[in-house]
Amino acid sequence: MMNLDRTEKLLLAGIPILILLGFVLPEWVVNYIQVSLGTGLVALAVMIQMRAGLVSFGQGLYFCIGGYAAGMAGKFMGVSDIFILLIIGMLVSLFMAFIAGFLLRRYREIFFAMLSLALSMILYGLLSKLEVLGSTDGFNIPSPTYLGWAPEGDTAKHALYIATCIPALLCAALLNRYLRSPMGFIGEALRENEIRLEYLGTSAHRAVHIKYMIAATVSGLGGVLWALALGHVDPEMTNWTTSGQFVFISILSGVGNIVAPLFGTFILEIVRVYAVEASPNTWQMILGVIMLLTIIFLPKGLWSLIQRKKASAEETTQK
Amino acid sequence: MNTILETVDLKRTFGAVVAASNINIKIGAGEVLGVIGSNGAGKTTFVNMVTGYLEPSSGQILFHGESITGKKTRDITRLGICRSFQIPQLFMELTVIDNIIIALTVAREVKPSMLKPTINKEIFDEAMDILRRFQIDQYAESEVGVLAQGIRKLIDIAMATVGDPELLFLDEPTSGVSADEKMQIMDVLISALKSTKTAVLFIEHDMEIIEKFAPRVIAFYEGTVLADGDAADVLENEKVREFVIGKEFHRQAETEQQGGIA
Repeated sequence: MMNLDRTEKLLLAGIPILILLGFVLPEWVVNYIQVSLGTGLVALAVMIQMRAGLVSFGQGLYFCIGGYAAGMAGKFMGVSDIFILLIIGMLVSLFMAFIAGFLLRRYREIFFAMLSLALSMILYGLLSKLEVLGSTDGFNIPSPTYLGWAPEGDTAKHALYIATCIPALLCAALLNRYLRSPMGFIGEALRENEIRLEYLGTSAHRAVHIKYMIAATVSGLGGVLWALALGHVDPEMTNWTTSGQFVFISILSGVGNIVAPLFGTFILEIVRVYAVEASPNTWQMILGVIMLLTIIFLPKGLWSLIQRKKASAEETTQK
Repeated sequence: MNTILETVDLKRTFGAVVAASNINIKIGAGEVLGVIGSNGAGKTTFVNMVTGYLEPSSGQILFHGESITGKKTRDITRLGICRSFQIPQLFMELTVIDNIIIALTVAREVKPSMLKPTINKEIFDEAMDILRRFQIDQYAESEVGVLAQGIRKLIDIAMATVGDPELLFLDEPTSGVSADEKMQIMDVLISALKSTKTAVLFIEHDMEIIEKFAPRVIAFYEGTVLADGDAADVLENEKVREFVIGKEFHRQAETEQQGGIA
């Protein structure tokens, strides 16, 4: 086979496990998993950029483009097949990132962050004004079909859940493979020293551009899955608060492992549920405190707890 | 001499300041050259121009007779001209072995793969061989940021050599290193490079190192080449002694030769 590492095996093994859990867990948990996988992919996209030292405060742009592309394909072209919708969402995101990448690849740090934010807010402004796309209300997306099969009721819910789990975890496994590849290694090096990279014989700009396009495609996929899960798209998908949430998840979960943002998203969703229940008017404060505590006590995110535990277990074994 | 690099009337200005002018230098295959000159003499500007970091204001740079003037750094590296830096340019938060593996990966793959795993036994062994050649294999798993300057210098140079360059520029390989370590570092790197056919040009302020390791010396002064030739001739050159080395160095050397006079 393809020389799978532990994370890839875990992710691939996670597909049948998650699918089975879909039949066992309460419906609200399954819904959260489904939604979390969509947004988790966008957090993953933010994370892979962070590993190259690029913080995108506008990743909602591609989350929204993916969702709207799929939604518009359904609304205006009558496309309902989920496979075609996923491909459309990813391709449109990829294309937009290819264009925008020529501008963004020249900037780093706060300039990259602000420029990515600016682009996402341009789209937000546009979508909010476009009545044909429902302005600020957005529009609904019909249930997808599967190669001509149009399930209904609970079967439709399960089918969509399965159709979310498979591409999301496969995508995460592929991203893990990418981070282990020479191109992924170059990404790590990018964060550290661009001059050296250029003097080794490779283009830092090109590496940023490629990373940006990969992140956009993954976010586009996340956007389609999320939109199909909710059956709705609206401009909030590209609002700065949504993008900020993806950055929040990446910091909360840490960038140490590809699985971290997927867990982080789910944890955030659960925390949010309880925070809203505990304090309906000031739940954001609870999230803020959690964020603060994470930065102070776990600067490398929640995943560092697992790494610490692993390291201490190895030490014990050596003794 | 089989010339691999030739510069013709190379000039670089920054506004009204002339950083380098009228630079005509030929470098032969496998040659070892030392470059001397006080701060601001144009040595690093020369290296920056040849390696593509700075574009010359005028003049030509020929590599194997083909013009490489104005080419990008990475394209020049791919042609076989590499460099190390006065301040080592490393991936500080990564380990030494990861630094070398990244260098090897980039040097080998013009279009790096996005799915094939980077680390395998072959590339790991190759990286370890490079570290052994530079006698820094004991630091393989250490994070670069915690290592001493001398070790960082050697890593920087090791990274510059991974693509088997034809011409290697070393910008002050011993600067920032204690006097005791200087000779040691030069011994290590010259012996590491001996097995290759790489031509080496190193910028150095320490005349003892120049005398010991550079058969040919080029002296820079105020952006121009003051002297170019055999080390002994250049170091004896009256102008070089006056403007570059300072007469003190020779007085001291003569004193040592005469057995020391109080």
